[in-house]
Amino acid sequence: MQADVRQMLKLCHVDTHYGPIQILRDVNIDINMGEITCLLGGNASGKSTTLRTIMGMVKPTSGTIEFDGERIDGLSIQQLVKRGISMVPENRRIFGRMTVRENLEMGSFLRSDRSGIREDMDRVFGLFPRLKERVGQLGGTMSGGEQQMLAMARALMSRPSLLLMDEPSMGLSPLFVQQTFDIIQEISRQGTTIFVVEQNANMALSIADRGYVLQTGEIVLDDTAANLRENKMMRQAYLGET
Amino acid sequence: MGTERTKIITHIATARSWLAANSRWVLILTLILALIFPFSVKTYILSLGIEVLIFAIFAMSLDLLLGYTGLPSLGHAAFFGLGAYILAYVSSNSELALGLTDNLLITLPIVILGTALSAVILGFLALRTSGVFFLMITLAFAQMLFSIAIRWSSVTGGSDGMTGVPRPTLGIGTWHLSFTDRADFYYLVLAFFCITWFLLRYIVRSPFGLALRGIHANEQRMRGLGYNTFRYKFTAFIVSGVIAGIAGMLLSQYFWHAVPHNLFWNMSGQALIMVVVGGPGTLTGPVIGATLMRLLPNFASTYTELSETLMGLVLILFVLLAPGGIFGIFHKKR
Repeated sequence: MQADVRQMLKLCHVDTHYGPIQILRDVNIDINMGEITCLLGGNASGKSTTLRTIMGMVKPTSGTIEFDGERIDGLSIQQLVKRGISMVPENRRIFGRMTVRENLEMGSFLRSDRSGIREDMDRVFGLFPRLKERVGQLGGTMSGGEQQMLAMARALMSRPSLLLMDEPSMGLSPLFVQQTFDIIQEISRQGTTIFVVEQNANMALSIADRGYVLQTGEIVLDDTAANLRENKMMRQAYLGET
Repeated sequence: MGTERTKIITHIATARSWLAANSRWVLILTLILALIFPFSVKTYILSLGIEVLIFAIFAMSLDLLLGYTGLPSLGHAAFFGLGAYILAYVSSNSELALGLTDNLLITLPIVILGTALSAVILGFLALRTSGVFFLMITLAFAQMLFSIAIRWSSVTGGSDGMTGVPRPTLGIGTWHLSFTDRADFYYLVLAFFCITWFLLRYIVRSPFGLALRGIHANEQRMRGLGYNTFRYKFTAFIVSGVIAGIAGMLLSQYFWHAVPHNLFWNMSGQALIMVVVGGPGTLTGPVIGATLMRLLPNFASTYTELSETLMGLVLILFVLLAPGGIFGIFHKKR
């Protein structure tokens, strides 16, 4: 590892259970500041559980999670958001009966600096010009791709230093998938560290710096994105090569 | 049939557009009418007007919980009745009461404190549940208070309640205002109504109100965004309870007594019907609901003994045909 790379999030020997069923087994993940890290894997491999464990929605049964050098396992979601971790959930999950503006305001509730909120609103409108055009429209009446943009924009309104994204390409048309990943790269360029959980390995590896592959709750591969793209097992299992 | 339906839909759409464009003028006109109301109606109608305003305050308080936060309380009468009993205990000339003062500057803070305290206790317990369990706990709490009001007659006056509650006064030093006269009391209730309406309107349009709507839409999602949803619901529950208590206080001052019926589940049910029929999550809807539900039985009972049945029928029809209530028909949801 380079000396100037700083670890932002570290999962160390994490096990997670749902009742008697073990979902995550001895998971070790390092997310470096300023990078895009992706977690790949098929259905039911434990990808979403990894995010839920980081966000405190599920308590790990063993192991530790550190953020900026401090343990965060056991903290509530509220405390994690205050520390700068924000999540874009699977299937967008925006507030369908609220306008775009109201959805964005929901993301900035922890802050009281009105001018800062306005600045961030302008910033996300710069990233997502379509949202600016539809600021008074109800979230539920927008297309899937636009809702994905809204969910990402909402998460950015809390000014996170680490953005967790759960399957951002799910259910989107190829055009919107490309747009979504372009925006993820732009968010990263603007200084936000990103951890993206994705089934679309091709897209994820095309923008990521580093990747992890999860199978039945265990990390089976862990390397730079460039090396993973060249990895034979990876190419056969996830990148469609026969 | 199809043409008639299209016509009705067109009329409703026209009414919606007209209301949306002229809502400020409608508000000003309503206020003017409310101000000249005591001069233009007979005593009986004025009495009904006072009742409507008091129940509108009560229904609006429940709307904050049910319509905006999605908490279906069936025990809201607990705060309504408590407000009535606390006021009676402080100001009534009954031998059971303390009979300290009828000055609102003293009685109002006591009612607010008393109902807020009970809302803190009930909210702390009930808000750990949701849905039907929340409904049952709130109902049980109100019924427990009702039972105490009936059984502990040495303190509460039993089924007769506490009588001799005076109409309020307002005074500091030598400055003194009395609301003994029915018309004067009407203006006091109107003032409380306006303050409540503007306060709740401010609350539901604030970031706090937005968070309540978010909790109503999906509490889990709100938690995922980092909201401490319990704190928001708890605050809304206390504000709602206090406003219901003030409505109860006004009712006991108007009818000169506080009775166990004020705490009974039937009273909570009435408030619930007012909100549902008027239009939950709209503030104005519950006011319309309260007006309808207080006036309809009064006029219907002149013609039929089945006025209660009529009310039930009205509720069933609204739930089935207009889930957005009366306000929802004429106010286009965004």
